[in-house]
Amino acid sequence: MAKFKKDSVFGTILVAFGVCLVCAIVVSTAAVALKPAQEANIERDRQMNILAAAGLLQESLSIEEQFEAVQTRVVDLRTGMFSDDVDPESYNHLQAAKSTGELSSSFQEIGTEDMAKIGRRENYSVVYLIDDDSGNLDKVILPIRGYGLWSTMQGFIALEEDMTTVAGIGFFAHGETPGLGGEIDNPNWKQKWEGKQVYDSGELAIDVIKGAVGSNTPEAEHKVDGLAGATLTTNGVDNLVKFWLGEFGFKEFLNNLKAGRA
Amino acid sequence: MTVLSKAVKETLLTPIFKNNPIALQVLGVCSALAVTSSLNVTLVMCIALTAVVAFSNLFISLIRNLIPGSIRIIVQMTIIASLVIVVDQILKAAVYDISKQLSVFVSLIVTNCIVMGRAEAYAMKNPPGMSFLDGVGNGLGYSVILIAVAVVRELFGAGSLMGVQIMPEFYVNNGLLLLPPSAFFLIGLYIWALREWKPEQKEEPDFKICPNTKFSAHAHGAEGGAH
Repeated sequence: MAKFKKDSVFGTILVAFGVCLVCAIVVSTAAVALKPAQEANIERDRQMNILAAAGLLQESLSIEEQFEAVQTRVVDLRTGMFSDDVDPESYNHLQAAKSTGELSSSFQEIGTEDMAKIGRRENYSVVYLIDDDSGNLDKVILPIRGYGLWSTMQGFIALEEDMTTVAGIGFFAHGETPGLGGEIDNPNWKQKWEGKQVYDSGELAIDVIKGAVGSNTPEAEHKVDGLAGATLTTNGVDNLVKFWLGEFGFKEFLNNLKAGRA
Repeated sequence: MTVLSKAVKETLLTPIFKNNPIALQVLGVCSALAVTSSLNVTLVMCIALTAVVAFSNLFISLIRNLIPGSIRIIVQMTIIASLVIVVDQILKAAVYDISKQLSVFVSLIVTNCIVMGRAEAYAMKNPPGMSFLDGVGNGLGYSVILIAVAVVRELFGAGSLMGVQIMPEFYVNNGLLLLPPSAFFLIGLYIWALREWKPEQKEEPDFKICPNTKFSAHAHGAEGGAH
């Protein structure tokens, strides 16, 4: 065999190709082999977010144990009733909202009412119910999402058994500016939501305002502080909360659930 | 320590204090600012970086005689980038919480000058075994500084170490230490301390500030009433 000329054109191409091939095999093997463990982690993280949004997260217990108290149910957003049409384990509301063709009945286009700028709203949504020790409904956790300044913010909002008092809010995925809009992850800010009233005698009343809520702000129980320096993110949060708790979102379902009809 | 030959020991230990990649070469400072606010995260980052430098040195050294000069940087980058992806995937599978906190900084190991620097400066010219040790040594050098920074930042910034509360109740946490600039101050102080300890690391100043001639000139000028 002739001596390998590494600096010839052929040698260069051969080495480049060989390195790429080996690296591609290594990278894809790692990605495929580790996928199950990563998905388990993402699932645990999602469950943790659900619990954290409801303010139920305890450090001492494992996530799986805590999540046993949570019931996962599917809601038909058109009727506001529980539904068994889709399997909550395999159902993905984001895919349903994006789907095309035969599944086009799985979402609804939203026109001018689309405050959260999500374009399409899925017809089925997965909600989480938590009972208290005596078996009565204690908290309901609803998925929320909407556009902020840079990104779609995804999170959960938890309501108390009266279906109007906020028990907690949290976002598990967003790409807002760290330090400004990213402060939606700040525990101090999230705490300001707790105890706020979403509805005022059946009408949507929650509002994220510019500046801070003081002792003499009118209707302070419906108002939440905006984030300083992050007006557009704050508007996004305001819009997405109003959207998901409004007519196109879970309002009908919450009414039904409260009246015991769901 | 008779098992280790002198050369091996030197390759492994020189980068820790004598030729530290951060303190002397001032490379890889970007991630040192970003990941040192808590010790847990720092330790994972140090392990990740050490693994990447060591293995990239090993693999690059193994094929160093095959790499054409015209594409050598690209070949090095391909190997480094692949290793970083593998490390990132492993972190996501094994320590998901920490990998979320490290976020983009694991991927940014690709652009860490230490990795690239060692590949180009050492692995291209030395046999695989020594290159591997050189990678481990430089990883340790990076780790020593990062851990020292992280201990101070977490202990005085959050009052804890590895998440365990250490400081007594009355201690008021210094929030500045949790912000990135504090890492600059700390690294600066470490470099100062290291150079006092090992004066041979001091650099020749590029220029000297002249003695203040204006003052004396002025004093004379005032007498004569003109310049």
